[in-house]
Amino acid sequence: MAKNKRDGTFYINPYLGGVLLGLVLFGTYYITGRGLGASGAVKSTVVTAVHAVAPSHADENKYYSKFLSDDVSPMSNWLVFEVLGILAGGFLSGTIYGRLKLKVEHSPKITSKRRLIAALAGGLLFGIGSQFARGCTSGAALSGMAVLSASGIITMMAIFGSAYLFSWIFKKLWI
Amino acid sequence: MVGPLIPMGVIPETWNNVIALLLGGGFGFALEASGFSSSRKIMGTFFGYDFVVLRVFFTAAVTAMTGILYFDYMGWMDASMLYINPYYVMSAIVGGIIMGMGFALGGFCPGTSFCGIAIGKIDAMFFTAGLFIGVFIFSELYPLFEGMYNSRNLGGVKIYELLGMRETVFAFLLIVAAVGMFYGAGFVEKKVRKVEY
Repeated sequence: MAKNKRDGTFYINPYLGGVLLGLVLFGTYYITGRGLGASGAVKSTVVTAVHAVAPSHADENKYYSKFLSDDVSPMSNWLVFEVLGILAGGFLSGTIYGRLKLKVEHSPKITSKRRLIAALAGGLLFGIGSQFARGCTSGAALSGMAVLSASGIITMMAIFGSAYLFSWIFKKLWI
Repeated sequence: MVGPLIPMGVIPETWNNVIALLLGGGFGFALEASGFSSSRKIMGTFFGYDFVVLRVFFTAAVTAMTGILYFDYMGWMDASMLYINPYYVMSAIVGGIIMGMGFALGGFCPGTSFCGIAIGKIDAMFFTAGLFIGVFIFSELYPLFEGMYNSRNLGGVKIYELLGMRETVFAFLLIVAAVGMFYGAGFVEKKVRKVEY
C-alpha cells in the first residue's frame, strides 16, 4: 500500500482535497482579509519587468501605471510570495507521491510539439482573459465564490461554460 | 482574536511574506495532491471521464464560504472587511469567456500550471510562459480595451444582493446545488468510457 502511494498514480480523495483547499482559502481570508490568487503574481512580474526595461514607457501606459503607484502595493508582493509557496507545496506533494518527472504530458493522439503550442496559446489567452476579469480561476472565481461576490460567481460561470464549449471544439487535443 | 487579522492589526505586516509562503504552500499542496498538476486529469471534467476539478473546486468554495459565514455569525471575524472584487459586468464575462478558451487549449489555469511546473511538467512551463505574454499583450493594447474594462461597474456587489435573496438562503441553495452536481458527476463518470492518462 505504502509503495503503491508513491508510484505517482495516487491522488487524495477529491472531497478531502476540496476541504483542505477550502480551509487554506478560509485561513487566507481570516488572516489577510483577501483570497488566494495566481494571475496577480504574473501581472506584478510583467509590470515590474517592463518598468525595469523601459521605465518611461511603463509610466506612460495607463495599465502599468495603475500598479506603479509610489507606495508599492503590499498585495502585489504578497501574491508573488504566495506563488512561491504554491511551487513549494506542489513540489512537496509531488515528492511524497512520487510524481517528480520532467515530461510533456499529452494525449497519445497528438505530438509533444502540438501539445506545447496549444499550452502556450492557452496560457496566452488565459493571461489576457484574467486581466479583463480582474483575476483568474483562483483570485476571481474560487476566492470570489467563498465571499459570494457577484463578480466571482459570474466569472466562474463564464470560465466553465466557455471551457466546456471550447473543449469539445478542441477535443482532438485531449481525447 | 477577531479576524481578518492583518487588516485588524493583530498580526504586524512584517509577517506578510512568511504568511503568504505558508498559505501558498497549503494551496499548492492541496492542488497537487488532488491531481491538478495534470492537464489531462483537469480536462476530465469537460469530457466527463474524471470530475476531480468539479469536486475539489466546489467543495473548497463551500467549505470556505461556510467558515466565513459561521465566523461572521459568531463574531469571530468581521466579514464586511473582506475584499470583494468589483463587478464590471462586461469585462468579467468577456474575461471569463477568453479564459475558458485558454483553459480548453492549455488544460491548465494559472494556479494549476504553477503546480505542474513544481513537478516538472514542460507543458505547464509553456502555459505559464503564455500567461506572461498574454498579460504583456493586454497591457500594451490596453487603450483598445479600456472602454470595456471600465464599463458598467456595479462595485463589490454580492450575488445574493443582485438576485434579491437572503445571504443564508443563497448559501444553502449553493450547497444543495454542489451536492447535486457531485451526485450527477458520479452518474456521468459511470456512463463515460474511461480515458487512460
